[in-house]
Amino acid sequence: MGALRSVLPLFLAVLVVTGTPAGLAQEPAPQDAQPPAAEEPAARPDGEAPADAPVEPPAETRAARAPESIEIGLSTDKVSITSDFAGANLTIFGALDNADPLIARQGRYDVVVVLEGPPRPTVVRKKTRVFGMWINTDSVVFVGVPASYAMAMTRMPQDITDEESYRRLSLGADYIHLQPLEGETDAAVVARYREALVERKRAAGLYTLRVGGVQFLSQSLFRATLSLAPNVPVGTHKARAFLFRNGVFVRETSAPLAIQKSGIEQRIFDAAHQQSLAYGLVAVLIAMVTGWLGRLIFKRD
Amino acid sequence: MGIYLPIAELSVNLIVILAMGGAVGFLSGMFGVGGGFLITPLLIFYNIPPAIAVATGANQVIASSFSGALAHFKRGSLDFKLGTVLLAGGVVGSSVGVYVFAYLRRLGQLDLIVSLLYVAFLGTVGGLMLVESLRAIRRARGGQVATLRRPGQHNWIHKLPLKMRFRASKLFVSVIPVIALGAVIGFLASIMGVGGGFIMVPALIYLLKVPTNVVIGTSLFQIIFVAAFTTIVHSTANQTVDVVLAFLLMVGGVAGAQYGAKVGQKLRGEQLRALLAILVLAVALRLAFDLFVAPASLYSLSPLRGA
Repeated sequence: MGALRSVLPLFLAVLVVTGTPAGLAQEPAPQDAQPPAAEEPAARPDGEAPADAPVEPPAETRAARAPESIEIGLSTDKVSITSDFAGANLTIFGALDNADPLIARQGRYDVVVVLEGPPRPTVVRKKTRVFGMWINTDSVVFVGVPASYAMAMTRMPQDITDEESYRRLSLGADYIHLQPLEGETDAAVVARYREALVERKRAAGLYTLRVGGVQFLSQSLFRATLSLAPNVPVGTHKARAFLFRNGVFVRETSAPLAIQKSGIEQRIFDAAHQQSLAYGLVAVLIAMVTGWLGRLIFKRD
Repeated sequence: MGIYLPIAELSVNLIVILAMGGAVGFLSGMFGVGGGFLITPLLIFYNIPPAIAVATGANQVIASSFSGALAHFKRGSLDFKLGTVLLAGGVVGSSVGVYVFAYLRRLGQLDLIVSLLYVAFLGTVGGLMLVESLRAIRRARGGQVATLRRPGQHNWIHKLPLKMRFRASKLFVSVIPVIALGAVIGFLASIMGVGGGFIMVPALIYLLKVPTNVVIGTSLFQIIFVAAFTTIVHSTANQTVDVVLAFLLMVGGVAGAQYGAKVGQKLRGEQLRALLAILVLAVALRLAFDLFVAPASLYSLSPLRGA
């Protein structure tokens, strides 16, 4: 289908991959008296990362290492929506810097990648039954609601870190920080509308989550695949990547990505908003010419 | 096959839209109506935002009424003077309608009012038409000739002042009800995205006693202008006209109308009216169903406007 064709222009390749895992491993800065290297592989010889593993590596060792960082690279800073756009997959490559090869081998680095749509004030309306009819009666306005929110992560959310961390980072559809505009102060009411907002966004395919959507290609290189809905909002999106080590948040990085309509679609939209009178006149003219041509072609009397 | 609508900002199936235009065009050709009352609800069922469905529906109506009016112009079955007076009222009604539309949209009650108006008007017109056509069918079976107009019969409307003579319609009537009718149709056109033919035609026949042969032409003539005016006002006030969507509907519609007209010629007048009545009632019921049956989700989202 069209979706496959659209993947190609949206394919974003990596720009920055600094250092190699091997090179990073070679520069263990001032390693203290403690020899952690000996005990760690023994603790988890299988290389898998059980979330319930109780043994934490000595904190001093971690502090002593140069901190890990995360980078993502977009080969383009804008994506065009063409007339045959029917949703697509967006691929983002990224790399870890200064990754501890040991932890990487154990698969205890987790990456969460989010593509956040432009923030827009949004009204959430609730219907109630009035005279037997379902009518919008109450509403709450939220400011700064991301128009879309596509998230991909290495594992199930609960296996990466705890709820508290997600909330602190405002990470994940259920934890985005959403501020009601004014008026409504009842926390329970706001929470209910907030939940409804996220549920509606999910139903519209705008808030998505792909567990396993981020995959490590090597010890430090990863690839994230995100879904762009057919109705993906245009505007400046923000690609953000979060790095977790052993369930602890380490670092975040972000890059802007403009999603825009391609030439003709954008021109139509601009005309409708900037020269709306001329646009209306042209719309009428097109209709009349179509009606007239239709009669010429089909002669129905 | 998907196509991206620049104003609605979503991707739709090209074939579905063309088929929708074609089906409505078929029915409009068959029954001699503009089809706006079918296009707008269909677009809403297809998840096009109501505000865009209404404004784009008005744009689509121009094409079908223009091609219909050309035919009537050629045959001379069109009363320009009556159409112009109706139009004067229509422009006023339509301007008011567009601002009411913008206000309702801000209030979050647009969908409700659009649905309510559809249910009320389609239900009433469809019901009346069904009763009338069934009676006509029964009479026709009994061997009598069915007539819609009994000349010489006058009602209170003909007692109003400010009378004007409309030669083509052989009518001498006050301009007040004519302008008022035009205004009501214009108002509905901008809120419902319809041309209003399904209200205009019975009103001209039953209320103003306009001869049946000039009714459709005159109604189409004034609908072109009201729909054109509505389209322009919607584009300037609300930016909700999607030309890509409208054009696809027109293309399907113009082609479908051709075949519809052929089928329509094979059916008898009262049978056609009965079928149209059933169609109109079905749309009204479908919309009423959405109003009265508990929705799948009680909540809905919309962008904050005018803030």
